Amino acid sequence: MSQSLDAYLVVSGILFAIGTFGFLARRNAISMLMSIELMLNAVNLTIISFGAFIPALNGTASVIALMVMAVAAAEATVGLAIVMAIYRNRRTPLVDEYDAMRQ
Amino acid sequence: MPIPDTVPVLGISWGDVLFLVLAAVMLGSALLVVTLRDIIRCGLAMIVAFGALAGIYVMLGAPLVAAAQVLVYIGAIAVLILFAVMLTQAKNAPVGLVFQAQALPAAIAAIVLAVMIALTASATDWGAVTKRIATGTDALARLLFTTYILPFEVVSVLLLAAVIGGIYLAKREGRDA
Repeated sequence: MSQSLDAYLVVSGILFAIGTFGFLARRNAISMLMSIELMLNAVNLTIISFGAFIPALNGTASVIALMVMAVAAAEATVGLAIVMAIYRNRRTPLVDEYDAMRQ
Repeated sequence: MPIPDTVPVLGISWGDVLFLVLAAVMLGSALLVVTLRDIIRCGLAMIVAFGALAGIYVMLGAPLVAAAQVLVYIGAIAVLILFAVMLTQAKNAPVGLVFQAQALPAAIAAIVLAVMIALTASATDWGAVTKRIATGTDALARLLFTTYILPFEVVSVLLLAAVIGGIYLAKREGRDA
């Protein structure tokens, strides 16, 4: 099982689906950012598994995964800064109360 | 006394046991991240999920990526998210509803997505699949600093831009103290 590519792909698919559910269902903006991190991790797991099982992708996959991590760090920084900026104006972290453009 | 190749009673290999345990811990704590009521606990469960994923990276023969996972995700992103949680959770925040009204359709969509990905991944023939191979750190470093030097530099500029953007967005305006 730990020697087959499919097992890793299925695990990362389930992790991605959990992240999708969290992003769609949670009300808190920070929870949604956590779900995005879960989805990014699932994608990284897919990339690393392909790198481990397909010889032509071996080193390249690790390089791409490291790049994805750097981009995820940048995304978390800017995303959380945006949440903080909105929180200072609206006094709530709940996304369904950000309805200024609907009024 | 030497350790046998397979688990004594069950007859499955140690690698499989390790993979199953790590995957179960990771998926279980990921489920906790999206379902727990207390958002601080969500953050802590997220750290457990990232740690288990680092273990899976080691199993896949990518120790440098595993180390980066621990440093970047647990050391930086999780701590950053926990700080943001502490700064935005007001004492009088509404504790009632955690989920949006669309939680049930979202759950159905997520389950359908998981089943679809699992079926597609196991039905597809991935071509030149071999036994698991490890990634040498020196080969990875050579690749990163020769073939992929331009993306590497672009990523460093991106991180600089993110730092400046983060400071600008989080900076207080003079009037609201």
